[in-house]
Amino acid sequence: MKLKVATTVNGRRHEHEVEPRLLLVHYLRDNLGLTGTHIGCDTSQCGACTILVDGKAVKSCTMFAVQAEGRSLQTIEGMAKDGELHPIQQAFWDEHGLQCGYCTPGFIMAAAYLLEQNANPTEDEIRKGLEGNLCRCTGYVNIVKAVQTAAKTMSATPAKKATVTAGGN
Amino acid sequence: MIPAAFEYARASSVEEASKLLSKFGEDAKVLAGGHSLIPLMRLRLAQPAALVDINGIKELDHIKEDGQKLRIGALTRHVTIHNSPVVKEKLPLLAEIASEVGDNQVRNMGTMGGVIAHADAAGDYPTLALILDAEIVTNKRTIPARDFFKDLFTTALGPDEVVTEVVFPVANGPHKYVKFRRRLFDWAIVGVAAQKMNGGWRIGLTNVGPTPVRAKAVEEALHQGAKPEEAAQHASDGLDPAGDLRASPEYKKHLARVLTKRAINQAEGRQ
Amino acid sequence: MAVTQLVGSKIHRREDPRLITGHGHYVDDFTRQGTAFAAFVRSPYAHARVKSIDITDASKAPGVVGVYTARDFKGLLAGTHPAAPAFVAEKKYVPERFPIAEKEVTYQGEIVAAVLAENKSQAADAANMIQVDYEDLPAVMDLEKALEKGSPKAHLDGPDNVCWDFTYTGPEITEAAFKEADVVVTQRVLQNRLAPVPMEPRGVIADYEGFDQKLTIWMSSQNPHFIRLFVSGALGLKESQVRVISPDVGGGFGSKISPYPEDYLVPALSKISERPVKWTETRSESIQNATHGRGQFYDCEVAAKKDGTLLGMRVVQYVDVGAYHGTFGAFQPVACLMAGGAYKWKGISARTIGVLTNRVPTDPYRGAGRPEATHLVERMVDLVALELKMDPVEIRRKNFIQPKDFPFTQNFGLVVDSGDYDKALDKALDLVGYKDLVKKQAELRKQGRYMGIGFSTWIELCGFGPSAATAPATGGIALVESAQVRVTPTGSVIVYTGTHSHGQGHETTFPQIVADQLGVPYESVELRHGDTAEGTAFGYGTYGSRSLAVGGVAISRATGKVIDKGKKLAAHMLEAAEEDVVFEHGSFHVKGSPDKAKAFGEVAFASYGMNLPEGMEQGLEAVAYFDPPNLVWPFGTHIAVVEIDAETGSPLLTKYVAVDDCGNIINPMIVDGQIHGGIVQAIAQALYEEVVYDDETGQLRTGTMIDYMLPSANEIPPILLDKTITPSPTNELGVKGIGEAGTIAASAAVINAICDALSPLGIKHVDMPATPDKLWKMMKEAGK
Repeated sequence: MKLKVATTVNGRRHEHEVEPRLLLVHYLRDNLGLTGTHIGCDTSQCGACTILVDGKAVKSCTMFAVQAEGRSLQTIEGMAKDGELHPIQQAFWDEHGLQCGYCTPGFIMAAAYLLEQNANPTEDEIRKGLEGNLCRCTGYVNIVKAVQTAAKTMSATPAKKATVTAGGN
Repeated sequence: MIPAAFEYARASSVEEASKLLSKFGEDAKVLAGGHSLIPLMRLRLAQPAALVDINGIKELDHIKEDGQKLRIGALTRHVTIHNSPVVKEKLPLLAEIASEVGDNQVRNMGTMGGVIAHADAAGDYPTLALILDAEIVTNKRTIPARDFFKDLFTTALGPDEVVTEVVFPVANGPHKYVKFRRRLFDWAIVGVAAQKMNGGWRIGLTNVGPTPVRAKAVEEALHQGAKPEEAAQHASDGLDPAGDLRASPEYKKHLARVLTKRAINQAEGRQ
Repeated sequence: MAVTQLVGSKIHRREDPRLITGHGHYVDDFTRQGTAFAAFVRSPYAHARVKSIDITDASKAPGVVGVYTARDFKGLLAGTHPAAPAFVAEKKYVPERFPIAEKEVTYQGEIVAAVLAENKSQAADAANMIQVDYEDLPAVMDLEKALEKGSPKAHLDGPDNVCWDFTYTGPEITEAAFKEADVVVTQRVLQNRLAPVPMEPRGVIADYEGFDQKLTIWMSSQNPHFIRLFVSGALGLKESQVRVISPDVGGGFGSKISPYPEDYLVPALSKISERPVKWTETRSESIQNATHGRGQFYDCEVAAKKDGTLLGMRVVQYVDVGAYHGTFGAFQPVACLMAGGAYKWKGISARTIGVLTNRVPTDPYRGAGRPEATHLVERMVDLVALELKMDPVEIRRKNFIQPKDFPFTQNFGLVVDSGDYDKALDKALDLVGYKDLVKKQAELRKQGRYMGIGFSTWIELCGFGPSAATAPATGGIALVESAQVRVTPTGSVIVYTGTHSHGQGHETTFPQIVADQLGVPYESVELRHGDTAEGTAFGYGTYGSRSLAVGGVAISRATGKVIDKGKKLAAHMLEAAEEDVVFEHGSFHVKGSPDKAKAFGEVAFASYGMNLPEGMEQGLEAVAYFDPPNLVWPFGTHIAVVEIDAETGSPLLTKYVAVDDCGNIINPMIVDGQIHGGIVQAIAQALYEEVVYDDETGQLRTGTMIDYMLPSANEIPPILLDKTITPSPTNELGVKGIGEAGTIAASAAVINAICDALSPLGIKHVDMPATPDKLWKMMKEAGK
C-alpha cells in the first residue's frame, strides 16, 4: 500500500507515493536526495536528523513521511540563501563548531529553532536548548560558542533571523 | 532501522479513530507524537499491523479552563503545555513537568495523551495525574487516574478506546517536580512530584514501580505536622522498585526519600 | 606574494562550507545505479552452535535478490581476520575468524546470514524471515573465571581462553625498589569497556565490475590503503585491481581502523550478484558490532619512600580481547610500557594477559593504551600521596623526569624525546587557582560537603612510528607515511597524503604547511586523501595521533624535494650556480641579488617547457616517505574540580582546566578543538559510558543510545585551556600529535577529583564509570 505525500521542502513542492513505513528522514534522503540530514541513531537520541517542520525542530527519524503531508519542511540545504551562509552556519564555521561534521546539520537546525524561540539565550539556555543533539567530536565547547556568536549576529541584523517558511496546513 | 510494514489511516475525528481501531483489530496502534512508538518500531520491538494517525484531530489539541478544572486535550504537545499561560497560572507544576520531558524536538511532537496511554513507568505525567486525582477521558468513558494505570505499559484502555482528554484540578500552591537523571534529556531514574492543595500535600513518585506511586504515608505524616525531612523517610514505605542499569532497588528507594524531601522544601522556596 | 605566516594561525577550515550546508559526502549519501541492498542476520546469542539456517521464506520474500550463508562465501573469501602482533610478540591462541559464522557463533552480533534485496526495507524484512536454529552454549564473560582451569571456553575448539600471556619485565626487576620501600600501595584499577560511537555509523558500498575485474569500495574508513591490502588479499585480487575510497568520514575514534566482516562480505556479495551492493550500519548494529575499547583491569603495586620518592611498580594487565583478536587488539598492552607516566622509577615490571570472552572484539579506541596507562599511574601516585599525606602536586614534582634529562630513556627502553612537566603543571595551577581551591575545599569540608581536586600530569607517546619498532608490530609493513606533492604548470599545488581525516581538518592544516614552505598563496594548495587510486602507492591512515607528526613531515619533505628541483631549474634559468640560489618567500633568487629572481610559479611553468638543465626531466613533483627516528611525546597537566552531592552521590564537575603541550602548532583553533573533544570523551568514560553485557547470558544491555550514555552539552563543565610549547626534536616541524591527548589525560583527573572529594570518608579508590548509585553505596558503606 502506498500513500500520496505532498510537502513543501525548502520552499519547493514535492509529491510522491510512499509506503507508510517510510521514515521522513529516508524520504528526504532517498526520495528527494537531500542527504544533508543525517541518521545517527535508531532511538531519537542523537538529533542528527533534526529538521524544521512548520518551523518547529523535529527529529525526522521519528516521524513517518506520510505524517508530513501538507507540511512545510526546512532542512539544512535550505539554510543558506543566494549563496550566503545563514548566520548560524557562518558562526559554526567561525568558531570551529564542527569536526567530522556529521552531527552538524542537526545542531544547526536545532540552533535555528532555539534562536527563533529565544533570540538572546544565556549559555545555560543554549546548552539546554541543544539537549536533543549529541556530538562526539567537539566536546560541545565550540558549538555553544557558535550559537552565542550566531545569536549576536542575528540580533545585530534582525533581517538575518532564521527565516522559517510558513506552515502549510 | 526500518519498521515492519503496516497499514496506515488518518482519522479526522475521534469517532473515526475508534472505528478504524475496531476495523484493524488488536494489532492496531494509535499514532500521536510517536516518540515512544516509532523507536520501538524501528527496532522491530513493536510491529503493529496498523497505525491510526490521530494527529489530524484538531479538537484533541486544546487547553481549556473549566471552572476548577483544567482540560488538556490528548494531542496537546509538551511544548504547548509548557508554554501555556493558562497552565502556568492554574497548574504550574504541569508546565514545569512538560518542560522537562525529553528535549526540544521531543517536546515539539510528544503529547499528553501519548504519555498517559503509553504508561511507561518513567513517564512523568502519570504521576501528576495520579496524585491530583485527574481523570482520563476517553471516547467511551471517564476513568479516574487511580484506576487507569494497571501495570507496566498497561492501562484500563480497551482496544478501540482512545484517550481524548486529561482533566486536572486547578492547583497553584507550592509545587515542585524533582526529576533525577544522569543526562538532562533522560527519563527519570526517580522523579518526585509535590503539590500543595487544599491545605494538604500530594506527593507522587515516578519510576519506583510498574505504575506511578502516590506516597500517602508521606502525605499523612506531613498532615500530622512532621517536618519534610521526617515525613520524607516514609517515601519508600512499601516500595519494591526493579533495579536497572542506572539504579539498584536500594538506591531508588533512597532517592525516593531524598528527592521527596527536596521536592517539598523546594516547593516551599527552601533549598 | 604570500609572506604571511600560515603555520600557527587560526585558518578557517576548508572542509566546513560543504559540511555546514549539508553537502558533505558520507558513504550513505550516495547510491550506485542498480544497487542491491544488503542486510545481515546476526546471532542473538553470545555463544551458540548454529544447528541449521532456514532461508526458504526469506528467499521468496518480495524484492529479494539472494540469501547467503557461510558456505556461499567459502570459495570466494580466503584467509582469516588479520591480527597484528602489535605490542605482544607471541600469542598463545588466536582463533581463526571467517567473516561469517558457519557452525559456532561466539559473540552477540556475529553474522550468520546475508540478504540482498532491491531496497533496504525489503532487505530488512527478508533478514527477519530467516530462521536460525541455535543451541545455546555457556558464555565466557568474566576474565578471572575464564582463566581458571575447567572454565567454559569462548571457542569450543580452542585450547583455553588465553589469547596471550606476555611478560615484558619480570617482578625480579623491581626487587631492589620494593626492598627499599617505606610504603607499598596495592590497587586493582578497572577500565570500563567502551563503545566508540562515531556519530556516523559504518557503511560499505562495493562495485565489482566483472568484465574489467575491478573492485571499487566506498567506505567510512580511517585507513583505506590497509583495507585495500586486506580485502584484495581475501578476495584473491591484486591490490591494483581494488580501489578504496573513503569519503567524508563522520568520526572514527579508532573504530574505523581495522577491517570488519562486512568489509569483506559486501564486496563478495557484489561479486556474487554482479551488482553494486550497499550496506549502511544502524546505530544498534554499531554499538553491538563496532570494535569496543578499553575493557581491562590492572593489578598494580607501587613502592615509594617516606619522602614521596617513587621506587618501583608492578603491573599485571588483563585485557578482555573479546571473541576474536582485533586486528590491532594487541596494541592496548602499550599501557604496560607507558605505566611509568611522567615519573622516574627504579624498576617497573609488567605482564599482559589477553583473555578471550564471548563479547565483541576490542581494538584501539581513542588513546588506545595510553589513557589506561595515565589512569593507572595517576591513580597510583595519588594513592601513594594519600598514604604519605602528601600534596598530590608535590609528589608529582618530586618524581617528574626533568627537562635536563631529555632525551630520557624510560624503563622499557623507550626514549622520551622532550618535555617540561613542571612548566605545564605551574600554568595549570595558576589557571585553576589552586591555592584558593584548597582553601575553599577546607571550608566546604567543614560544612560536610564533598569537593575534590584531581590531577593528571599526563604524558603519551604517539606518531607511529619508527620502522624498526612498527614493522615487527604489524607483521611487516612499517608505519611510516607517504606524501606526494605535484605542482601543475600554472603553479597550483596538489598534495596527496596517505593519512585520512575524519574530523581533524587535514584539508586545512596540511596546505598551511605547504603554502608556507613554498611561499605560495594558501588558496593554490589543495589536499587530497582517502582514495587509493590517487597519490602514492601506499598510505598508512590516521590513528595514534600520527597524521601531522608523521604525515605532515612527509608532506614537508616532499615539498622540500620540489623546492630542490625548483632550485636546480631556477639556477639554470638565472644562469647561476645552484649553491648560489636561495629560495625565500616563494621566490628563487641569487644570493645577494634579490632582484635576480624567479617566482615559484615561473619555475613551475618552466619545468613543463623546454630548455631544462641537462638530464632534468619535465615536471615538478615529488614523493616522500617519512620514517620518523622516534615517537613524539606530548604532555600536560589537567585539573578537574568536582563536588559530590552528599545525599545522592551525584558527581558534578564544576571546573576543568587543561594545559597541554604538543610542540609547535599548525592551527591553534584545531588543536583546541581536538583537546576539547578528547577531554569530553574521557569525562564520558569516567562518569557515564560503559558497555554492559549480562554476566550470565552475554546479552548486550546497552545496545542503544538510551542506555549507552553519551553526554550532551549539559553534562559538560566549562573547560579552560592553555598551552606550553616544547618543540619536538624528533622532526623538523617540531610537532607532536594532539588527537588523543585529551582522552589520554582526562579520566584520571576526574576520578582523582572524586577520590579526593571522598577521602574524608576514607574512600581511596573509585572505578569508572563513577555513577551516583556506585558513589552513594561507597559513601554509605564508608560512613558505617
